Amino acid sequence: MFDYVWLIPLLPFIGVLVNGLFGRRIEKASKSLVHWIACGSVGLAFLVTVVIFVQMLGLEPDKRLYDYTWFTWMESGDFIVTVGYLIDPISMFMCMFVTGVGFLIHIYSIGYMWHDEGTYFRYFTYLNLFMFSMINLVLADNFLLMFLGWEGVGLCSYLLVAFWFSNKEFAVAGKKAFITNRVGDFFFAIGILLLITSLGKHGIWSLKYSDVFAHASLLSPDLITLICILFLLGCTAKSAQIPLYIWLPDAMAGPTPVSALIHAATMVTAGVYFVARCNILYTMSPLAMQAVAIMGALTAFFAATIALTHNDIKKVLAYSTVSQLGYMFLGLGVGAFAAGLFHVLTHSFFKALLFMCSGCVIHAMSGEQDMRYMGGLRKKMPITFYTMVIATLAIIGFPGFSGFFSKDEILWKAFSSPNGNFTLWLIGVLAAAMTAFYMFRLIFMTFFNECRASEEVRKHIHEAPKSMTIPLIILAALSVVGGYIGIPQALGGSNIVEHYLKPVIGLGKGKIFQDATGTAITHGAEAAGHHFSHMIEYTLMAITTIIVFAGIFLAYTMYMKKRTVPENLAEKHPFSYRVLLNKWYIDELYEALVYNPLHSFSLFLWKIADVIIIDGLVNGTARFFMWCGSMLRHIQTGYVQRYAITFVAGTLAVVMYYIFLLYV
Amino acid sequence: MADYQNIYLTLSAILFTIGCGGVITRKNAIVVFLCIEIMLGAVNLAFITFSRANHSPEGIFMVMCIMAVAAAEAAVGLAIFVLLYRKTGSINIDKFNLLKW
Repeated sequence: MFDYVWLIPLLPFIGVLVNGLFGRRIEKASKSLVHWIACGSVGLAFLVTVVIFVQMLGLEPDKRLYDYTWFTWMESGDFIVTVGYLIDPISMFMCMFVTGVGFLIHIYSIGYMWHDEGTYFRYFTYLNLFMFSMINLVLADNFLLMFLGWEGVGLCSYLLVAFWFSNKEFAVAGKKAFITNRVGDFFFAIGILLLITSLGKHGIWSLKYSDVFAHASLLSPDLITLICILFLLGCTAKSAQIPLYIWLPDAMAGPTPVSALIHAATMVTAGVYFVARCNILYTMSPLAMQAVAIMGALTAFFAATIALTHNDIKKVLAYSTVSQLGYMFLGLGVGAFAAGLFHVLTHSFFKALLFMCSGCVIHAMSGEQDMRYMGGLRKKMPITFYTMVIATLAIIGFPGFSGFFSKDEILWKAFSSPNGNFTLWLIGVLAAAMTAFYMFRLIFMTFFNECRASEEVRKHIHEAPKSMTIPLIILAALSVVGGYIGIPQALGGSNIVEHYLKPVIGLGKGKIFQDATGTAITHGAEAAGHHFSHMIEYTLMAITTIIVFAGIFLAYTMYMKKRTVPENLAEKHPFSYRVLLNKWYIDELYEALVYNPLHSFSLFLWKIADVIIIDGLVNGTARFFMWCGSMLRHIQTGYVQRYAITFVAGTLAVVMYYIFLLYV
Repeated sequence: MADYQNIYLTLSAILFTIGCGGVITRKNAIVVFLCIEIMLGAVNLAFITFSRANHSPEGIFMVMCIMAVAAAEAAVGLAIFVLLYRKTGSINIDKFNLLKW
């Protein structure tokens, strides 16, 4: 079955072709055929993934590597790039939930987008293209094909965020997403070019992961650090980290299922996946690892503070995504690649669920997104309410839910691993507390107390249709049990995720990627760092849990019991409130530092350099010759005899010249 | 042989100069035309002279050609003058300076 791996990316692509080329006609003939094609292709891709996954699990852990080469993409001398797909624990891990959660989001979209007339097929075409790109990204066996997917998700995010492009604000948000991603992609591309040229110097003209990893030791440590940092900058754009996270909150402009898709299954996980995929390179560069960890911790904290004050339900979720992604990078940075990927998995469940629930809420509220005008929806939308509470408990790391295990794993590694320290842990825990606070703030404001919506909206409130609620229930179940595959050893579990990913990730023996001599790359012995007793782990776990409870309790007091407190606080500290509400003025800062200079420079290039200098030169040349002509044309008088005189004079001059020559 | 050559060539040069001067100075189109014919005649004379001196027939062929062309040209030219006169009542070439910038 491994040889059929090409079916996984091909199936969604067929969906793209069919819906993209004939969608308008299909939609006219039968609207439901459009989503049958789209969902069917992704569903089948998921099935193929499951079959391959199961087959892979049947192999010995150190044999779980299969490189399927489909065809040669391009060839230039020794440099050959193939379209090939890699089956190994990490790519299948990603592919499982990308196609799985993606499939659920496709189904959910049916209900959400059903009322969109004439654009239904376009929506599903983009959605399938998104899946195609993301599958290419995670399954590719070389950097270049992966970069194709990387760019593809960037393109699709633009297309889908600006899906309702007739609204100017949405179109601008799409543009922002695209351009911010371009900045990151630029660094990423440089990283790839640097990698291939520096490996080429040693005669290795290949961008295959296995070749690059095998020969990475040929490169100097400084070069590897540089390449890793360049890749990291690419990841900051794609995975919405400081300093390039700004596009993600604005990406809320797209339809809600798209937000779910971008935030949970595709796109933002690409950066985490990539760093984990290149863990062999990153492990060789402590500096790059440090950068990843610090960036992640800062993002987790920073985004959480912004989420505290926002009133737009989707914006809060967007910042929570940024924050959670920060956790993942924190995990990667301290060397806990497995924990980071585990959090990607659990996060994809509960974040997709959160967005879908918020989509149901927005749907019911006739498009209202401001939580100040919601409230009291608990009775009217029970399924949405319960699933959303489950997702919230999962995201804040409530004991027993999936987020608890993954987040705790990251925090523990941030504290205990050789790369980690107390500060990183503390930042993570504070962010966790804030997460608990703002998520429960969201729940209380949306589902509890009295309904603050207008009369018309209130009449219209209803539970979402089945195609929307069934994915909710499935994801809610996954949000709960998803964590149980990675129960840490301290709690009596066996941490299946870590064992599963061990052959491709981190330190220690039993790796499947081999170096040039054919021995497995191990990077020395298993975690040589400090060893902490379980007692400390329990203590930290308890502290985190207590802090999370404190966050919930605070939200409860502020938004259920004494509901005047938030206003009073905002009045008492107008400065800090405004700073948080305006997202630390980062957008304004970027506008002043990047946008405005670029804008004025472009204006200069347009108005001065182009219009005056370049156009002036071109037009000036033309005008000069026109002037010469207007002067010279007066010679042509129209009198035949003047021409004759000139002619004779010229002849005489020539004759005299020759006579002159004869006698001198 | 050498003596008459010089005489003929001198005569040719004189005729040519007269014709040239006429073309440049005279205002009546027909006179200008006549002057051009004089110049052609001068050239013909020079050709014949050289032809005789070199015992070669090319000069004679040339003269035949020139005479044929001159005849045709005279016909066309005179036709133009007739038309010009009908249109404007004058054949003073200073009046015809329409072909300018």
